[in-house]
Amino acid sequence: MSDVLAAVLMVAGAVFALVAAVGVARLPDLLIRMHAATKAGTLGAGLILLAVAIQGAETGLTLRALAAIFFLLLTAPVSAHLIGRAAYRVGVRLWERTRVDEFETYCRETGRCEAWRQEFQIKSDDAFVKNPNCHPERSEGSLRKTK
Amino acid sequence: MNLFVLNGLLALGFSVVLGEFSVSGFAAGFAVGLLALWVTRPLYDDNSYFKRLPRALGLAGYFLYQLLVSNLRVLWDVVTPRQNSRPAIVGVPLAARTDLEITLVANLVSLTPGTLSLDVSDDRRTLYVHVMFMDDIEAVRGAIKDGIERRVLEVLR
Repeated sequence: MSDVLAAVLMVAGAVFALVAAVGVARLPDLLIRMHAATKAGTLGAGLILLAVAIQGAETGLTLRALAAIFFLLLTAPVSAHLIGRAAYRVGVRLWERTRVDEFETYCRETGRCEAWRQEFQIKSDDAFVKNPNCHPERSEGSLRKTK
Repeated sequence: MNLFVLNGLLALGFSVVLGEFSVSGFAAGFAVGLLALWVTRPLYDDNSYFKRLPRALGLAGYFLYQLLVSNLRVLWDVVTPRQNSRPAIVGVPLAARTDLEITLVANLVSLTPGTLSLDVSDDRRTLYVHVMFMDDIEAVRGAIKDGIERRVLEVLR
């Protein structure tokens, strides 16, 4: 019984890990890619570790697998948050079909755009009027356009 | 919270007495310890533990369910040839105030597929979230506020 369960979990975990990898290659912009990379990746690794925990004959092995899942769940969102945040600050272009960007409005109002423009030395005067993201030049061409 | 530590110690003691150091032994000890604490609950000043524990379990269950369901959605978007995502960055007004509350809400939002917390406003009242599938801004806000945030606050407060 536990053999079957572990096998199912392992295959499911492998499928999610594969989806994460394909997602990173296929999805249109960095922030959307982070969705696939961190969540599907975490779930994939988590399921495989869970299979180990179920299948593990000794308590030590089970505990270590559970601890690994715990730390995975603890660290994955932090790194995802930091990568997304850094990308937004240096002006990685968002997908053109992004519908709303309320953060941009906030950043303009509070002068964050201006501060980042200076910090990352992005030169433009009317940069913040047209572009959906804070810094147009930097992001021009940095991301392949996807229809 | 002290009752939680006590319950953990009781569970440890239970597995020591049984001589069985396993996850299931510890879980059984935890259940027995919880029962013992519950029976003696008039003795303690702070009884919120008995309310918080089921809520914490509820949060964990809700979170695992979300993790699975929305991962399948991301999976579908990756596998099908067309790009179905409708991304947006949405500001969610936060009811969470302390560092711990905000961190936990932001982390759980990040872990749930389809949402990724980007940044918090300077006055710490708005969490900016990148959403992968957005049809209605208010629905997204409501889902985060009423789903994750409410449950986290119920556990912590």
